[in-house]
This record gives sequence, C-alpha cells and structure tokens, in this order.
Amino acid sequence: MKPQSLISSFNPANNPDTLASHERAEIDASTRFPVLLFFSSAIFWLLVGSLFGLISAWKMTHPALLDQMAWLTFGRLRPAHLNAVIYGWASAAGIGVGIWLMARLCRVPLLHSKLLISAAIFWNLGVLVGVLGILAGDSRSIEWLEFPGYATPILFVAYAFIGIWAIIMFRFRKPGHVYVSQWYLFAAFLWFPWLYATANILLIWQPIQGSAQGAVNWWFAHNVLGLWFTPIGLASAYYMIPKVIGRPIHSYYLSILGFWSLALFYSWNGMHHLIGGPFPAWMVSASVVASIMMFIPVVTVAINHHMTMRGHFGALKWSPTLRFTVFGAMTYTLVSLQGSSMAIPSLNTLTHFTDYTIGHAHLGLYGFFTMMMFGAMYYIVPRLTGWEWPSAQAIRWHFWLVAIGIILMVVSLSIGGVLQGLALYDPQVSFRNSLDYATPFRWLRGISGFFLLGGHLVFAGLFTAMLLKIGRPKDGPAYFTAPAKVEASPL
Amino acid sequence: MNRLPLIFLGVFITFASSWLGLVAYPFLTLGRMQPLPDEDTGGYFPPSKSGLAIAGQRAYAANGCVYCHSQQVRLAPLSTDIAKGLGPRQTVARDYLRAQPAFLGTMRTGPDLSNIGVRQPDANWHHKHLYEPRTVTDWSIMPSFRYLYKLQKIEGQPSADALKGLSGPHAPPPGYEVIPSDDAKVLVAYLLSLKRNYPLPESPEPPTN
Repeated sequence: MKPQSLISSFNPANNPDTLASHERAEIDASTRFPVLLFFSSAIFWLLVGSLFGLISAWKMTHPALLDQMAWLTFGRLRPAHLNAVIYGWASAAGIGVGIWLMARLCRVPLLHSKLLISAAIFWNLGVLVGVLGILAGDSRSIEWLEFPGYATPILFVAYAFIGIWAIIMFRFRKPGHVYVSQWYLFAAFLWFPWLYATANILLIWQPIQGSAQGAVNWWFAHNVLGLWFTPIGLASAYYMIPKVIGRPIHSYYLSILGFWSLALFYSWNGMHHLIGGPFPAWMVSASVVASIMMFIPVVTVAINHHMTMRGHFGALKWSPTLRFTVFGAMTYTLVSLQGSSMAIPSLNTLTHFTDYTIGHAHLGLYGFFTMMMFGAMYYIVPRLTGWEWPSAQAIRWHFWLVAIGIILMVVSLSIGGVLQGLALYDPQVSFRNSLDYATPFRWLRGISGFFLLGGHLVFAGLFTAMLLKIGRPKDGPAYFTAPAKVEASPL
Repeated sequence: MNRLPLIFLGVFITFASSWLGLVAYPFLTLGRMQPLPDEDTGGYFPPSKSGLAIAGQRAYAANGCVYCHSQQVRLAPLSTDIAKGLGPRQTVARDYLRAQPAFLGTMRTGPDLSNIGVRQPDANWHHKHLYEPRTVTDWSIMPSFRYLYKLQKIEGQPSADALKGLSGPHAPPPGYEVIPSDDAKVLVAYLLSLKRNYPLPESPEPPTN
C-alpha cells in the first residue's frame, strides 16, 4: 500500500491527495534561497546574541568586567542580547521555518520569492540598526521594545512583505485540507503585525502616558511569546513529529480545542508580570485567570503530541529532528505549566523581581522555541541544499551541549531565584542577603552560557558545511544510529 | 477547519478582545489621568519634574538602569515593600503620570528606586555611587558608570562640580579631579526627583505597627 501523506491521513473524511515526491522536491527547491537566507542570518544573530548574553551573565558576578566603555555596560548588553535573539535569531528562524511549512502545506511552489528576499534583507538591516542603536545608548528601556524608533519601521516594512506574501500563498494554495500547522501559521502571521504596530505606536512613536505604558508593554511582550513564537513552534511540532515517525496526529478534535483555547487565553496574558502594580485590579486578575486557563491548550497539545508519539519514542534514538522537536514539545508543556503557576499571586510573591523569571523566560524561548527551530532546521536544510548533515557525531554534540546548558541554566536560576525571593520578602533580612543567596547560582548560570555558546558554534559549523557542501556522509542521512525502520517518506 | 474566513474571524475576535481590554481600556483611562491639584500650595501631585530630571530619564533608559531596579511599591501581603522601607505607601497609576517612559521594572537585582530621592537626597553620594559603587557599598554588584565621568587635571581652583570624598583605590591621583558629564548630572537630578511620598487620596498610608 502506498503510504498516505500526512496531510490526507490526518482527516479520515478527506480523500488522499498525496503529493508526488517530485512535486515536493519542486516546492522545496522553490523555497531554497529565501529560507536559507533567513536561516543563515538567524544563526549569525544567534552567535552574536549568545555572546552578548554570556558577557551579561558574567557581569552579574564580576561587575568590573568590561566596565570601561558605555556600549559594553550591562544595561546595554542585556537588551542587545534580548533583542538580538528575539528578532535576529528566533523571529528570523521562525519566519524561515514558517515559509517552508507554508509552501509545503499550501502544496504550491513558492510564489514571489523576491518579496521574501527583500523581507530578509530589511529584517536584518532593522535588527542591525536596532542592536547598534541600543549599544549606542538610544534604547528607551521598554522591555522587548528596546530598538530605537528609527530601527523599528525597517522591521515593520520587512514584516509587511512577509505578511503580503503569506496572504498570497493562502490565496493560491491547492484546494483541500488546511492542516493544523497552517492554522497556527495563519494566526501568527496575523497577530504579529497587530501586536508590533500597536506597541510601537503607543510606546515608541507617540508614547502614551504613565502606567498605561506598563500594560501595553507586557501585553506586547508576553504575546510575542504566546502569539508569535508559540504558534510557529507548535506549527513546526505538528508537522515534524508526524512526518518523522510516519503516522498522523492522534486527534483532530484535540488539535481544534488546543488551537482555539490558545487563541482565547494566551492573548489575555501579560498583566501577570505586574501583579500588585499600579493598575486596576481587574486587569491583573484577568491576566492571572487567563494564565491559569492556559492549562487547557497546553495539556491538550501535550496529550495530542504524546499520543501521536506513543510507541514511537524509539525514534528519538536515531532522528536528530525528532530529538530536538520532542525536547521542545516537552519543554513547552513544562514551561507553560510553570508559567501558569507563576501567575498565582501567592507563588508570584516569591518569584517576582527575581532570577526565577529569567530562568522561566529562557526555558520558554530556548528550551521550547529554539530547540524546536533546531529540530526543524535539521529536517529542512538537507531538503534545500540537496546535501546531508556531514556528521551525526557533531549533531550529538550540539544536542547535548545545548540540552545540558539550558537545563543547568534554568535549574540554577530557579533555585537562586527562589532564595533571592525569600530574602527580598523577609523584612528581617537585609538586601545584601538576596545577592549573597543568588550569587553561586549566577556562577552556574554563567557556566551554562559556555555550553550554549559551544553548542551554537557546533551548529553554525554544521550549517556552514551544508551551505558549502562539505563532507557528506556516504550512507544516506545523518542519523544518530541506524533507524529501526525508516517509516518517513523518502523526501 | 478548512474555511479560512472562519479561522480568520476567530483569530481576529479573540485577539481583539484582549486588545480592547489590555490596550484600549488603559489607554483611555490611565492614559488620560490628570495630576491632583494641591490646595495648600497651588501645586500638583505628582509634582512636576525639573528640566534636568526630565532629561535624566533618557540617561536612565540609555544605560538600562531598569533591568535591575524596579519603581513599584506594592502592598502586603503581595510584598513587604512598605515594611522594608521602600516607600510610605503603595505606588498607584497617578504616581507615573510624569514618567516618560514609566520605568516600572521587573527585576530587583538592585533595590527599588521609587523613593530613592527620599532615602538618598545627597547628589554627591549618587555621583560617587555611579562613579564606583564599591566606594559607598563594598558588596554592591552594580557596574561602575565611570564612562559618565571625566578625570581631569586641576587647573587653578578645583571645579565646583568635582566629586568629593573619593578615597582609597578609586580616588583620583593627586592634582586630578573627577567631573560628572552632562549625562551624569541629569541622571542624578532624575534620581533625586524620585519621591513618591506626597499624599494621594487613592493610596492612603497603611498604619505602621
């Protein structure tokens, strides 16, 4: 029997309309240049961003480190790190993965690739101008929106090209089923410009007054995670997991429930970053409730992915894509439940204003999203370059360096953060103790940065080898071990 | 779910609801709040800031003070801020009317600064602290902002602006003095302006016990 493609096997009511492998190859080839452009620039910013992060981390334990020059001060390097990884790495990687998924799932070769190439150029120009602006001292210190007002319009133009392209792709897709990954991508491509435009207009270009800024700020910052990175990450998981193990998603209905509950509840998050702050109580309460309700979409997606994987966990042994993706998917469950718990005011009391929040943010953006992007790239890049990853051993190094790195970082920041929170809360304890408690854990976090940067260098090396077509393995794709049986479709 | 218009509608409405609640509503209410007239003096609460202090907000933003210092005093039992002496009362929306931007902050790697102008009213202390935090608090992990200061040779009389009381390894060599740049001056003016201890009817001081 001919193996059904994922798209058709997904919904039993649909007739199979499997793409022939040559059609799929044609679609992949059409996405080659723009997707590789986004990926290469993303990896560049990942390296830059990790370096900024590493230096910032060590400044917490060594305040005299590189304190001579304004542009290297902690208060500039930290936002430069955040914005480089958010916009330079994560968004660009997500856009690249999104483009490829869209073309595959719309089942048409990519239309108007010039729009996307222009978008990639503008996007990177915007990030470059923005990061330099922060280092030069033009940041307004509004978290997640530090890029100065002269950089963000460039990013917005880039985004407009992508949005227009996405609409065209949807418009000219092949008739038939709209797969769950497409719902997420469609929503993310719609939400992001709305979020970004609102926040930029109200906070950067025509700043509104007073504490209302805080509300808009955290509505934006939390929703960039929830309604931009999360849907792209989930779209990738919904595609990669079934694709690698060769069986459809467990339940269509759980997919629907997960999607709509995410749309409803995630968008109301944000104000829980400001519990006790200068806002009407109902706004904060609404976000706390929405944050706790996130339990529904998260558990729904977790069950759906787990049931899909059930009986196929052995594939984690050989497939790099699956190993990174499943790590990301499991972290998604963990970080979301942790986030819900942090919104409960009594627990928030302990973790607010501490390193615990930093650990949580990294667990989300790194443990979930970044790992998901690595997994997707391991799947996509060979299909674009017509080359195989040169070394399974190097991929193994990449995985273990970043997995150990992120676990070490999150565990140390979480423990240190709680101790710091206890010290900050107890009126009998001096402020100094909150530093003393946190310091050993900040050392550990600094060490974790070397693991992450090391992993990124390995990955950048592998990716460069793919672009230059160096060192292809003789016997097919670079799996960790020989797959028990290759169930995935050949392309 | 094969009908794109339906997906679009759902995605639009869910998001619009939060946009109305968490963006449009605060924009229309908190964003239009006015200062309270003070009948005794003819002034306003919160009091207006000096030009230097307003300019200082830019220096505060440019150097990222907000990444370690919050400006929020919260009530018990959510926090023990008042017991810890961060301020006499909770900070409320009206306290931030003149803040541009409102540096609420999300971290307390360093102490809260809502009332730093009350706790440390001495400009020279702030300059010394910014120049080299370890001169005033030996266990501080705040970075030095030495790049906002100039080490210069004393020509004739020492400058009136020069930092006083720098001692030990951080003291300038004999015949030299440390002068704050304009950025340092406006930053200190801003820090000194951070006083949220004026009375506001919506935020009574909780009884101390």
